[in-house]
Amino acid sequence: MNLQVQARLRYGEDFELNVDHELPLEGVTGLFGRSGCGKTSLLRLIAGLERAKGATVRFGDQCWQQGRAFVPLHKRRIGLVFQEHSLLPHLSVQDNLLYGYKRTPAALRRLHPPEVTAMLGIDDLLNRRIDQLSGGQRQRVSLGRALLISPQLLLLDEPMAALDTQTKREIMPFLGRMAAESGVPIIMVSHSPDEIQRLADRIAFMQNGRIQCIETLHQSLARPDSPLFEDAGAVSVLEGALGDTEEDGVRPFGPPEARLWVPNVTQAPAKPNLRLRILARDVSLSLVNPQQISIQNQLLVTIERIDAPRDNRCVVACRTEDGQLVLAEITARAVRQLGLETGTRLYALIKSVALLE
Amino acid sequence: MFTLGPAEWQAIEVTFRLCLYTTIILLVLAMPLAWWLAKGRSYARVVVQAVVALPLVLPPTVLGFYLLMALGPRGVVGKTLEDLGFHHLAFSFEGILIASVIYSMPFAVQPLTEAFSNLGRRPVEVASSLGAGALDRFRTVILPLTRGGFVVAATLTFAHTLGEFGVILMLGGSIPGETKVLSVLIYDHAEGMNYAAAHSLSLMLLIFAFITLFVVYSITRRFRVASV
Repeated sequence: MNLQVQARLRYGEDFELNVDHELPLEGVTGLFGRSGCGKTSLLRLIAGLERAKGATVRFGDQCWQQGRAFVPLHKRRIGLVFQEHSLLPHLSVQDNLLYGYKRTPAALRRLHPPEVTAMLGIDDLLNRRIDQLSGGQRQRVSLGRALLISPQLLLLDEPMAALDTQTKREIMPFLGRMAAESGVPIIMVSHSPDEIQRLADRIAFMQNGRIQCIETLHQSLARPDSPLFEDAGAVSVLEGALGDTEEDGVRPFGPPEARLWVPNVTQAPAKPNLRLRILARDVSLSLVNPQQISIQNQLLVTIERIDAPRDNRCVVACRTEDGQLVLAEITARAVRQLGLETGTRLYALIKSVALLE
Repeated sequence: MFTLGPAEWQAIEVTFRLCLYTTIILLVLAMPLAWWLAKGRSYARVVVQAVVALPLVLPPTVLGFYLLMALGPRGVVGKTLEDLGFHHLAFSFEGILIASVIYSMPFAVQPLTEAFSNLGRRPVEVASSLGAGALDRFRTVILPLTRGGFVVAATLTFAHTLGEFGVILMLGGSIPGETKVLSVLIYDHAEGMNYAAAHSLSLMLLIFAFITLFVVYSITRRFRVASV
């Protein structure tokens, strides 16, 4: 199913939102870009909160806006979650959660209070007043409230931007779970590469009011100039199954031919599909099989691409045995001395990994 | 000293009726106007804001004079009404009711505008996304969250109408049972050297006004505390 958006919308003198795209709706789509690039405006247009003249918004076979036809937000069945302060302050947690649920026709309800409150860990908060909740709890209640209208689409406007790092870490697993378990397509506005790497399946990159391109997370991470590398340099995100804790407190990740070991920092149960982030600068390359070395994570890989050096450092893109991409950032001098070229088979030594959950 | 004769009771009745009707009419009129003032972006807003606030600065006699011109038998409104077979509106209860609505307008519009501005767009947008239509949103979100503004608007309007004098005297004169309100009656008493009667009514109004303002300020205080 697709979301088709076509609009030109002027804001003041020097900003124009100008989009004409189809967003595939499956899993989590990130709207990524700097502040002021038009992400939130686009989100508001999709929601029907911004009413651009002559715009077209079509959701699957439903026409939300076209010509004079305009479906108001309360009939679109969109779950909206804002940055902060969006709970209704005169209602309890329970009444906030049920506000939309009660207004959803019984025949359309697919998600119900018990499962949603359990999924988001807010069972104990139901009778609280809003001002008795922490920032993280508020966002979880907002998410739950949006889910309880059994929405056709969830729009998240930087849902974690107002939270501190600790709280973000607390919310992230819930968001991931929500995306996986609710089956509702999600569009998430974010300016944080970290959030995108953790949650997004697909990314629409925005700049100056336009969508530059729409690509999958893996396509984007395979690009040397990916905007997702702005924060911490080049990174790779591997997907795989996380096994149970073995001796010495490590857990296996990925298939045997591309096995990594991750420290058991999380108590999470074994999962079939999890993401792991590896910074390119934490990866070294070795032509010989290094036996006597303390680095445990060693993958046999094939060089797929060597990017042109920048500040005398090259990013080398390597394909693992299970077909995923690992980036290594090494010096141009090392590339020359080892004689690395496309097709070279060698070992990637990974100094540290981070589970994204 | 505090014995009220039939004339006093009649004036109290007229005054109370005037205040009540003015308050009801103004709340209904001020609500959409204040919403537009709080949410609109157009330049016309500033013009309307200035017009609404005019009664705050104009001498009541100016307003009364123009209303007399408009609503009287030769005025635009008054003459049209006469031509249609009705009475013109000068020296009538309907006339001073219209005058009161205009005169007390800022006292209803301003607290509501402030309440709607403070509300912001977020709660309303949230309610829409949760499936609430316009009327539903008004009843379940806007009204409960701006209740303080409504209470203040209603009380101030009522109290301010109670204090009207100049406009009513200009437009309504002093017709018992029709336009003779308390403030006018006090004036009449004082004119007639009946200081005891003037005093008892004045003291009554003074106490009533104090209580009203006391209530308003404690409400604003409570709502400000509650909204933090």
